[in-house]
Amino acid sequence: MDKQKILDSLSPNEIKILPYLDEGIKNICLKSHLDKTSVLRSLEFLEKKNIVKLIHEKRKVIELGVNGILYRKKGLPERRLLNVLKEKRILIFQEAGKQSSLSDEEFKAAIGVLKKKGMIELKNQRIILSNHEISKKLPEEIFLESFPSDFQNLTKEQKETFNSLHGRKEIVHLKDEKTTEIEITAFGKEIIDSKIKTQVLIEQITPELLKKDSSWKGKKFRRYDLNSKTPEIHGGKRHFVLQAEDYARKVWTEMGFKEMSGNLVESSFWNFDALFTAQDHPVREMQDTFFINSESEIPDKKIVSKVKESHERGVSGSKGWQYSWNEKDARKTVLRTHTTAVSVRTLSQLKKDEIPGKFFAIGKVFRNETLDWKHGFEFNQTEGIVVDKNANFRHLLGYLKQFFKKMGFEKIRFRPSFFPYTEPSVEIDVWHPERKIWFELGGAGIFRPEVVVPLLGENIPVLAWGPGFDRMLMDYYEIKDLRELYKNNITQLRKMKFWRKM
Amino acid sequence: MALISFNRKTFEKEIGKLDEKMQTRIAMFGNPIEGIDDKGVQIEVFPNRPDLLSYQGFKRAFLGFLGKKTGLKEYKLNPGEKNYHVIIDKSVTNVRPFTACAIVKGLKLDDEKIKEIIDLQEKLHTTLGRKRKKVAIGIYPMEKIKLPITFKALEPDKIKFIPLDSEKEMSGLEILQRHPAGKEYAHLLAGKEKFPVFVDAEEKVLSMPPIINSELTGKITESTKDVFVECSGFDLEILKKTLNILVTTLSDMGAKIYQMELKYGKKEITPDLKPEEMKISVENANKLLGLNLNEKQIKNFLGRMGYNYEKGKVKVPAWRVDILHEVDLIEDIAIAYGFENFVPEIPEISTMGEEDGKEIIKRKISEILQGLGFLELLNYHLTNRDMQFEKMSMPEKEFVSLEESKTDYNILRKDLSHYLLKILSENSDSEYPQKTFEIGRVFEYKNEISEKENFALAVSPGNFTDVKQAIEYLGKMLNIDFDIKETENHPQYFIDGRVGKIIFDGKEIGLIGEIHPKVLRNWKIKMPVSIFEIDLESIFEKLI
Repeated sequence: MDKQKILDSLSPNEIKILPYLDEGIKNICLKSHLDKTSVLRSLEFLEKKNIVKLIHEKRKVIELGVNGILYRKKGLPERRLLNVLKEKRILIFQEAGKQSSLSDEEFKAAIGVLKKKGMIELKNQRIILSNHEISKKLPEEIFLESFPSDFQNLTKEQKETFNSLHGRKEIVHLKDEKTTEIEITAFGKEIIDSKIKTQVLIEQITPELLKKDSSWKGKKFRRYDLNSKTPEIHGGKRHFVLQAEDYARKVWTEMGFKEMSGNLVESSFWNFDALFTAQDHPVREMQDTFFINSESEIPDKKIVSKVKESHERGVSGSKGWQYSWNEKDARKTVLRTHTTAVSVRTLSQLKKDEIPGKFFAIGKVFRNETLDWKHGFEFNQTEGIVVDKNANFRHLLGYLKQFFKKMGFEKIRFRPSFFPYTEPSVEIDVWHPERKIWFELGGAGIFRPEVVVPLLGENIPVLAWGPGFDRMLMDYYEIKDLRELYKNNITQLRKMKFWRKM
Repeated sequence: MALISFNRKTFEKEIGKLDEKMQTRIAMFGNPIEGIDDKGVQIEVFPNRPDLLSYQGFKRAFLGFLGKKTGLKEYKLNPGEKNYHVIIDKSVTNVRPFTACAIVKGLKLDDEKIKEIIDLQEKLHTTLGRKRKKVAIGIYPMEKIKLPITFKALEPDKIKFIPLDSEKEMSGLEILQRHPAGKEYAHLLAGKEKFPVFVDAEEKVLSMPPIINSELTGKITESTKDVFVECSGFDLEILKKTLNILVTTLSDMGAKIYQMELKYGKKEITPDLKPEEMKISVENANKLLGLNLNEKQIKNFLGRMGYNYEKGKVKVPAWRVDILHEVDLIEDIAIAYGFENFVPEIPEISTMGEEDGKEIIKRKISEILQGLGFLELLNYHLTNRDMQFEKMSMPEKEFVSLEESKTDYNILRKDLSHYLLKILSENSDSEYPQKTFEIGRVFEYKNEISEKENFALAVSPGNFTDVKQAIEYLGKMLNIDFDIKETENHPQYFIDGRVGKIIFDGKEIGLIGEIHPKVLRNWKIKMPVSIFEIDLESIFEKLI
């Protein structure tokens, strides 16, 4: 190691303790006028600079407890009881307690100890002193007075005495103590011998220092150890789910899609009926969907009657569902179960000059579910529609492939699926290269004429998709438990890595 | 979600080896594989294809898809014999008005086949039958009953028979009160004065649909050869289709189908397996799919999906319930063509991408706060009364509650502030200061439900100055003005004298202040907290 470099890196504290390194930590503290923490920290730095080697050892030491300190001053309870007994030799139980002015607990302990030693007997509620030699010091008293602190070096007798005291309340404790031995390395000796120049090294650069050129000109700046540990800092941050959403929003807009937005509280009409979901479909039961006890507005008659017709008898050559459609069911209010509700609302307001048009939405959807690691009642969904007279199934697959590629999935598979409002319907699987499995990301399709005709007045193909977002998020952030998306653990949020896909 | 299982041995003998390739074929036919092992395979059947809910039904369709047996499968229908009648009494009109029936003869049943039949029956009940509400199915051994059959409605106490899995005779009412199936489905007959029953020529009760069959006449066993099958419900078309699915499955097991005459006033014969006709245009199919198929190819693909095609017309099997429109046929062409064979393409359409203005402003606000070192949170929109009101010392009012929830999150959040406090209370072991904010929807119910976007921010340990600095900084950065005015009229969770109204554009949009120790105690928060929450809607109006 370069001696000069090391010399230039010594801090004032390190220089201070350098002369006393072979005298033990206690003396280093005394002679350098530094507190123990500063000395230990400096020693660690010196060790990194290979000047000393620190040998850490653990040993057991005995310490006094609260009562131990007290008894050393006032005497052990058994001594205080003996003092009372010294004169009368026989005392009534309560009387002895009173005279000795011990607490109940101490009194009981004193009786116990003396009985065990055979120094007293108990008879008819009386305490009788049986041993005449009471002035001789008890081993416990000797132990407390001399108080050997190193547990390993106790004699056999001392150990027994320690155990009996240790069993009592707050007299002695056994503690692990770390000791540090300092060994000066050969390099260290060289450093110490090399007569450190008294030249002052510049520490922190302060505004004071900068005021006068002479305070730094020609002087040395102390070298820093660049690898020493620094405390962590953390800054303000976008929530990680929103970081991913921002990214998806960017992908969609780059592909020429315009953002749609809508309410989370939605009528059954837009959430189900406009999407050709029959009124007796199981998804419309409270088992699956959150209902709110309040009637929703539904749009004007023109659209409502078309939707009704679409369900009952069908439109555009369809047979419909062949049942009697009920306006009351359409007015039931729900928490939207998919962002597709936003898409159909958009279709219903679309002007002719907005076709061809491409639209997207990202948002929350709800399902009446329990809450555990893989279930939840709130989800993130991303939605897209393309309204174009020339749109076809291959275009649908094209948009989806591009989006998922941007989300990091190179290999993608389309499978037949079913939704009441699309035909053909597609399920999107992406290949997970590490786990080597296909995983299902959600549905897509071309809106059925029964959906489109009542809203647009003619059968224009509308490509539509609404894959869930959470599985992609969880995979990216390596989250196993769905609840963690909304846990808001502040420590975890501070540590969470940024969304880095480009 | 309907799952069905196939025996591996049978599948491999009759369809083909269940290797990786075959598994992909099954998935690409539209049935995701849910489980597979040495004994069998389990697949999911989507609700549009109840005709696939049995091994027989799946085999029929899948062999076509594989190109092994294509085109519409023909079944022989035998005319009904003497007394193959079902008399529908007018009394059922208000309870369960319709039934479709058949007789199937020459079954060779074993345990596995009986299981398959009962399985199909149950799956049809839960899916197409909407838990027996729309369709209930009964299958009865011919050896135990005497034709003709009558479908009628009787007063509940006049109905007496031994229901399945019971030993003693019960009345209609007793069944609903005591029998497990009765209890489960009692709601389907709730409020009816009369209950429907099928009885035979000797007035023996066969069943009380949609609840339960008779132990004596409504249970098939290995010795059963001939059966009477009925479907009852409210929509005759659906009942006929369900019957078609059942009888073709039984026929595929090797039995013969016999028709019955239903006497509804006017005569009706079921089952009827005559295919429906639907038009299809080659041009429409190509346009929707983005392909260039010729008529011969279309014919071929339709054949593989179990249809017959002739000159622009498609014969649709009488057991398909999902063919409402030409697009349904086109989808089947796509499946036969193979989803994996479509070449994805992005067309050139010039459209401008555009973000929603509110989203842009929300993100700007978030960026400004991130710059001040604030962490953005994201909480549930659902909450509960304890967190929203009790802990906040707020009166329970003007909130939106859910009719039913599987968790104790059963109302919609009215503000974001209580969630910020919740998070502070859960994070006492994280390093302080904790500076957090959230932007999100909140809900209120006054005369109607209102939904708006709010923004709330909390500092802990924090005082009035900390949050005031934050909102003033935000105002400066957005170049808008916020005024803070004293208010006496504020929620109890603020400290009197340390709470103000936030005014924007002359309108009160929120509150700012220090949280009262009693509320901090409710949340077990041991650090001071200051907070503000504002409604963003008027800011959106101004800035967009």
